[in-house]
Amino acid sequence: MLHVKDLTRIFGQKAAVDRISFSLDRPGFVGIIGRSGAGKSTFLRMMNRMTDASGGEILFQGRNVLALTGADKRGWQSQCAMIFQQFNLVPRMDVASNVLHGILNRRSTLATMFNLWSEADITRALDILDRLGISEQAPKRAEALSGGQQQRVAIARALMQDPKVILADEPIASLDPMNAQIVMDTLRRIHDEDGRLVIANLHTLDTARRYCDRVIGMRDGRIVFDGTPDQLTTGVARDIYGADASFSESATSTSIDALDRDYAQAMLA
Amino acid sequence: MVDIAFGPEPGHRPDPADNRATYLQMVRRKRMYGGILLVLFMALMASGFQLADARNAGGFWNGIGNVLAFPTEVVTEAWANRANIPALFWKFLPSLVETLNIAAVATLIGALAGAVLALLSTRGLARWPRLIGLFRRMMDAMRAIPEIVIALVLIFILGGGPVPAMIAIAFHTAGALGKLFSEVAENADRKPVEGLASVGASWGQRMWLGVIPQVAPNWIGYGLLRFEINIRASAILGFVGSGGIGHDLKLAMQWGQGRYDQVVAIFLLLFLTIVAVDQLSSHYRNRLVKGH
Repeated sequence: MLHVKDLTRIFGQKAAVDRISFSLDRPGFVGIIGRSGAGKSTFLRMMNRMTDASGGEILFQGRNVLALTGADKRGWQSQCAMIFQQFNLVPRMDVASNVLHGILNRRSTLATMFNLWSEADITRALDILDRLGISEQAPKRAEALSGGQQQRVAIARALMQDPKVILADEPIASLDPMNAQIVMDTLRRIHDEDGRLVIANLHTLDTARRYCDRVIGMRDGRIVFDGTPDQLTTGVARDIYGADASFSESATSTSIDALDRDYAQAMLA
Repeated sequence: MVDIAFGPEPGHRPDPADNRATYLQMVRRKRMYGGILLVLFMALMASGFQLADARNAGGFWNGIGNVLAFPTEVVTEAWANRANIPALFWKFLPSLVETLNIAAVATLIGALAGAVLALLSTRGLARWPRLIGLFRRMMDAMRAIPEIVIALVLIFILGGGPVPAMIAIAFHTAGALGKLFSEVAENADRKPVEGLASVGASWGQRMWLGVIPQVAPNWIGYGLLRFEINIRASAILGFVGSGGIGHDLKLAMQWGQGRYDQVVAIFLLLFLTIVAVDQLSSHYRNRLVKGH
């Protein structure tokens, strides 16, 4: 259903994404890992058409989404939801309105200006919030919520879009371990229950191993690893991150049970 | 370089180890530079004034003695007829309302146009990024043409009345506010805009939901400030025939008609209005910007 062919993005002289290719034949839960600047975010932004590609193709269900312009492009964006590290909600508006923003593509600017949402849409937004366990926050301003709650509002906005693809750009990078787990569990649940394709940029290996069906490793704009979570050994991870033998996953892990005893004792000693 | 040009002669340099002497030396040098600049400034001012006075038709020194003659006459005459002033307030109230209306409508229309121009000319938000320069130059032009010039042209075309004044002020306001609005919008947080872009929202929706709520308090603050300025502008345009209190003032101010009580009444009305609007708007601006 998704074929990425020779996708390239050049900023100035440097290729942020350098001729990457991969294919998916069914909706999976795909994790992309790699250090900062490896091109993970650029790839997701090209997929959502927030950033234009310099070359290559992204074929989704046989259609090259990179060739879309104007209203077609916005139509694709409405089917391809994006979740951001910094949530990117409208902070001064209430939670339910933020969720309703998911269907802006289907509405005229004039109806938006007068805030005319149909009762059915509002009910659906509240149902989605209920599904994510934050329905009691609906009337509050988005900026009044904690980071984890805001990220769940962002997921609710994505679900409101009823998208075929959900892209998540470091969705848990600014959350504490508890909230990170809630958000990742939510994303996994959406994938399992609704059968939507989820592509998530992650920066912790244990998260990638625990939640993903397939992991893609990127380094300097290229794909250097593509396989199942089991194949993602510490040696492979060192290659992806360009690290030496001193590299230890658990040193930066945000998972609570990843703090293994040996390491903890080594740190305490 | 400066040290080579103005520094102490070689051989007389203070001992670098002696901090006190070095510092005193520096203070003296700075003082000398300051003195030289001051003398230069005074000389330029004096020669500039001489030149301007020579080109003046009447001559500054001949005229300066009469500078208080007109105000004195106005005030003495108005004082003699002071009993009329409350009645005159009442008489001129309708024209004051007209002047205020011209200013209010012009501010509203100008601010709306300015808002659109501002968003179209802000980097990162513009609908057509390549046309940013065009919209900026448009606003420059709107600001550059004085209201009175536009009003005179429009009065010639449309005839006298409040509409030409309103259009003239709105035109200038759009340019002036557009620039200020654009500077505010430049500092707006882009994250909500990006979030809305990711769901496929149109440009209008992104601006309305992502930018306007953020910038509204600042924009309204600038709008209120502009309203004050426009009241003055609207009064002045009355002089060239667009009605309102300025027109009454022009009629009353013609020398030697014994209507200086009217002049004083109009000035008092204008003064009180501007003070009232100023107080109100600064109160609301504080509330909007600081949120209390």
